[in-house]
Amino acid sequence: MIYVVIIFLWTAILLYILLGGADFGAGIIELFTSEKNKEKTRKTMYKAIGPIWEANHMWLIIAVVILFVGFPKIYTTVSIYLHIPLVGMLLGIIARGTAFVFRNYDAVEDDMQKVYTPIFVYSSLITPFFLGIIAASAVSGRIDPHANDFLSAYVFSWLNWFSVAVGIFTVSICAFLATIFIIGQTTEENDRNHFIRKARRIIFIVMFCGALVFLAAYFEQIPLIHWIFGDTPGLIAIIAASISLVVMFFVLGQNKPIMLRLLAGFQVTMILFAATYSHFPDILLLKDGANLSLLTHQGQAKTIETLGYALLIGSIFILPALVYLIYIFQKKTNVETDH
Amino acid sequence: MDDFLAARLQMAFSLGFHIVFACIGMVMPFFMSLAHFYWLKTKKTVYRDVTKAWSAGVAIFFATGAVSGTVLSFELGLLWPKFMEHAGPIFGMPFSLEGTAFFIEAIALGFYLYGWNRLHPWFHWATGVVVGISGLLSGILVVAANAWMNSPAGFDYIDGQYLNIDPVKAMFNDAWFSQALHMTVAAFVSTGFAVAGVHALMILKGKNVAFHSMAFRIAAIFATVFACLQPLSGDISAKDVAKRQPAKLAAMEAHFHTERNAPLIIGGIPDTARKTVDYAIRIPGLLSFMTTGDFNGEVKGLDSIPKEDQPPVAVTHYAFQIMVGLGMAMVGIAFLYFLALWKKKSWLRSNWLLKLFVLATPMGFIALEAGWTVTEVGRQPWIIHGVMRTADAVTPMPGIAYSFYLFTAVYISLAVIVSLLLYRQITMVGKLYNSSSEVPKS
Repeated sequence: MIYVVIIFLWTAILLYILLGGADFGAGIIELFTSEKNKEKTRKTMYKAIGPIWEANHMWLIIAVVILFVGFPKIYTTVSIYLHIPLVGMLLGIIARGTAFVFRNYDAVEDDMQKVYTPIFVYSSLITPFFLGIIAASAVSGRIDPHANDFLSAYVFSWLNWFSVAVGIFTVSICAFLATIFIIGQTTEENDRNHFIRKARRIIFIVMFCGALVFLAAYFEQIPLIHWIFGDTPGLIAIIAASISLVVMFFVLGQNKPIMLRLLAGFQVTMILFAATYSHFPDILLLKDGANLSLLTHQGQAKTIETLGYALLIGSIFILPALVYLIYIFQKKTNVETDH
Repeated sequence: MDDFLAARLQMAFSLGFHIVFACIGMVMPFFMSLAHFYWLKTKKTVYRDVTKAWSAGVAIFFATGAVSGTVLSFELGLLWPKFMEHAGPIFGMPFSLEGTAFFIEAIALGFYLYGWNRLHPWFHWATGVVVGISGLLSGILVVAANAWMNSPAGFDYIDGQYLNIDPVKAMFNDAWFSQALHMTVAAFVSTGFAVAGVHALMILKGKNVAFHSMAFRIAAIFATVFACLQPLSGDISAKDVAKRQPAKLAAMEAHFHTERNAPLIIGGIPDTARKTVDYAIRIPGLLSFMTTGDFNGEVKGLDSIPKEDQPPVAVTHYAFQIMVGLGMAMVGIAFLYFLALWKKKSWLRSNWLLKLFVLATPMGFIALEAGWTVTEVGRQPWIIHGVMRTADAVTPMPGIAYSFYLFTAVYISLAVIVSLLLYRQITMVGKLYNSSSEVPKS
């Protein structure tokens, strides 16, 4: 049953990055869009993410609950030593979640909109940034349970070049996902071409940020290259992602939105797979070398068993409803396009 | 401010904030669905308008409740890691089920808010009902988890070890039913009175009277029915607390000495040094009767509890008195409204009844916060009653005071913005939901 729980944890994280990430990306793109295209970008995005907006963010809750029920030691260690970036991420989540709804549901459109919008776009940026920092800090071996001063215990545990580079990389991935997603939502040829040009640019930015991660890992003496290219499955994942990226470049110009989304989803899935596979089942790498593992730091058998059943039963209810939700609004958007 | 106090204040503030938004987000969908049902049945556009106006409220409150809930799931670890390390695997069952319920609520809300003119009308209506039911379920599950802290079950605590964990037993602990019942009814009472009060005010002001009268009627009926049920659930809770947490009951009642024929103490100022309550009204034997069913039954006083295990008496006592006092006031208003509906139709057209409802707008939520204070402060110094002390659970990270200031500022600004949004929604009713225009803002 422990593997069922681990699969759910990994999937919840993946889906948060894919769906929540596209969501964050919407705000990031808005931030980096020229004044003249802002309105259009915003409207297209809103129409697309509105209905599934609340659901996208539930994946984070699922992941957190799995962690504190099934792997309490891992959850509490992260909570103690990564307190500061977690607070950063939470502030982003609060600001963004509320600003989105406030902007959408305010009965009057006036200067308040000018307040919500910057809150929305900047929190869209900082949330994935801190999320990336947290993920990178978990594996960068800087968490030191024996540290006795504030800085080394609670600041240097996450403030290093590698974590920051992964934070930036996560932001770029979100922007990438959102751009690919929006191509399928556009109704006019001109807009579509605009976003295709944008997507091309963002793909290069993502590759550049990815290179930064490797560079930072080199300076911080983190064996990232070994982790990713050191074993066959990781290597295969990276090669598959690279091939699909090349395919994507060719497909970008053609009108194949579903294909593009699948490719983008596949690439991100492969990146997460390659990044987590090599040190599985370890999830937290500590400074003293005593790593926390999903297999040895799990809760008692009875807990894991009931958690597994709860997740399986939950997914029977959730997944069909979620798929239907995405399907029905997707379908209807296309019908509107025909008018 | 020391870190322990800051952590407690931050938790108190976060929960106190979340609880209001969560309750409204949990109850309003039922109001909305009922109005929606009338619209589908009668095709009177005013019902559709009320439904849409309320659904905008639901969207705002759901979002605020969802983010503050997300923050709480992290704060448990950020502030109380030592508690979560042991408690997580034991009381995690209701949280994992709550995750499912909450997820379904979010999906159903997506269907509901964006489904106008897109889904089959009755399917669309049903998604609104699902929002309500799954919201209610997630509320009950979270309260069940909180109840476990008051009535730990489903594990053996041997030599500092938490052994033989049984998550199902932990979820169905002795306190879950009475707490969940009391909280759910409280959510309906407080939201009902708040919504009814706002619409009553608008009727008094003479704005969009048809619209606000419909809305008032639905909310007021919910409020009155549940207000009358609340004393019953309160009685169940009191008996339950007397049995399981005598220290909490003694603090609620400022009951210093163990005695038979114990009086019910109403109001008053507790003096912990002299162990008396000044200026209080005492009804002889009633406390004994309420907790044991016998006027001569023995009620444990604070003197039977070691000093270091006693909760703060004054705060618990005042909070309890506020809760009960406001609860009774609401029962009174509910009674008058029932009388008006059945026997005195003329009262319904008179302003004083509406004014009473306006007066009652904040009552439910003040009572709710007070009741929650009783539960949480009354449990101190324990975080897990009788097993782990709150002081032993706090994070080792220093500087929590800054985190407290930060989150307090965030919550206050959110409360201000939400109030502003609601104000704007309400004042714009005439423009947004003009029944003559066929496509109101969705």
